[in-house]
Amino acid sequence: MKLHHPRTIDEVVTLLSKDQDARCLAGGATLVAMMNAELLAPGALVSLRDVDALKGISRSPDGTVTIGAMENHVSLSETNDFDTGQHIIAEAASVIGHPAIRNMGTIGGAIAHADSAADYPAALVAAEAVIKTVGSQRERSIPAAEFFVDYLETALQEGEMISSILIPPAPDSAAAYEKFARVEGDFATVSVAVVLKEQQGKIDYIRLAVGACAPTPIRSIEAEKILQRDGISDHTIALAAEQIITAADPVDDFRGTAEYRLKLIPVLINRALDRARSFQKGEI
Amino acid sequence: MNDKIPLSLSVNGQTQQAFVRANDTLLHVLRDEMQLTGTKRGCNQGVCGACTVMVDGKIVRGCLSLAANCADKEIKTIEGIESNDTLSPIQQAFLDAGAAQCGFCTPGMIMAATALASSNRKLSDEEIREGLSGNLCRCSGYVKIIDAVRSICGVKPK
Repeated sequence: MKLHHPRTIDEVVTLLSKDQDARCLAGGATLVAMMNAELLAPGALVSLRDVDALKGISRSPDGTVTIGAMENHVSLSETNDFDTGQHIIAEAASVIGHPAIRNMGTIGGAIAHADSAADYPAALVAAEAVIKTVGSQRERSIPAAEFFVDYLETALQEGEMISSILIPPAPDSAAAYEKFARVEGDFATVSVAVVLKEQQGKIDYIRLAVGACAPTPIRSIEAEKILQRDGISDHTIALAAEQIITAADPVDDFRGTAEYRLKLIPVLINRALDRARSFQKGEI
Repeated sequence: MNDKIPLSLSVNGQTQQAFVRANDTLLHVLRDEMQLTGTKRGCNQGVCGACTVMVDGKIVRGCLSLAANCADKEIKTIEGIESNDTLSPIQQAFLDAGAAQCGFCTPGMIMAATALASSNRKLSDEEIREGLSGNLCRCSGYVKIIDAVRSICGVKPK
């Protein structure tokens, strides 16, 4: 097996188009683990370590934050570039795995793997993020809600790679990411990402995405409408949760039964809304 | 044999040479090519933390790092933590607290604890636990491990 060290995105794309068995190696936190377990044996690895165009976090004048695909979870949890509701990404990054994993793992690698119980997918959907990809024929901008297609499956096509992730501005909003896991550092049993804007008691919008309860994050516009229109109460949270539960298709596994996951949904929505509203009011 | 490439790695301040395959992990090369067996192989999946080493001052999993990707990096292992035959403060604290049972997790624990202590901040027990959460002790000897780390960079319990 060969390990390539290209320096530009063009070189990466060329290597990927020449060899269909080649895989991009970002931080290694998932790919190398799968190779060690003999679940995957790529014909070649294309290390993204030296590709400077995949690094960096920047904030443009309009407030959009561009995250290079090779940025690791520590930089995303510590960056000052996020504002208001964009912090949902930092919150999700800060609860991925353990310190050593957060030093290694990258946002590009994590979302390319697309584990349904991972932390970025729900957060990116709630942030209405856009995933930028590059292939030999074209560049694409894919909304996060369309990027995650199925269990471990994304909209990426053969020869394509993720170059960056765009987090749009969300002025005057607040966010909270609530994760329930059996132990510190595990994947989520259920997670809920909320971005909301509430001013003088009036809710402008609520974006709500639920992770680990279906192959891809669940976002229910109907659930959001109920909360936005009728206000936030135990009653409306229960009605909104019903909408999400209808769309859910959870599995029974060692992190919890499907039934247990469904019971966690309203609980975590409640906690996430509570915390996001406290942020909004400046209480935390 | 011909799929092996020569690699020079800077380990504990010394340049070491090895012939490695592209998919050899840093853990494999340290233990099996360089005979630095202080770093342990537990799960080989990035879960247990026994293989924790530092690359450019940051803790990583040796089992999830490819050696050939670490060529121009500075690697530090448990063998390089002491200086001039004197144990590091964290090592001494583990010894004083009796923070080892079978000892298998100890090298990884000491690397993770060293990274925690390098923040130069007094940490609460909760922060220490979170900082060490990626390192499993199958003897479940956590209490004395936390005692040891607290004595170096923790807030004294009330």
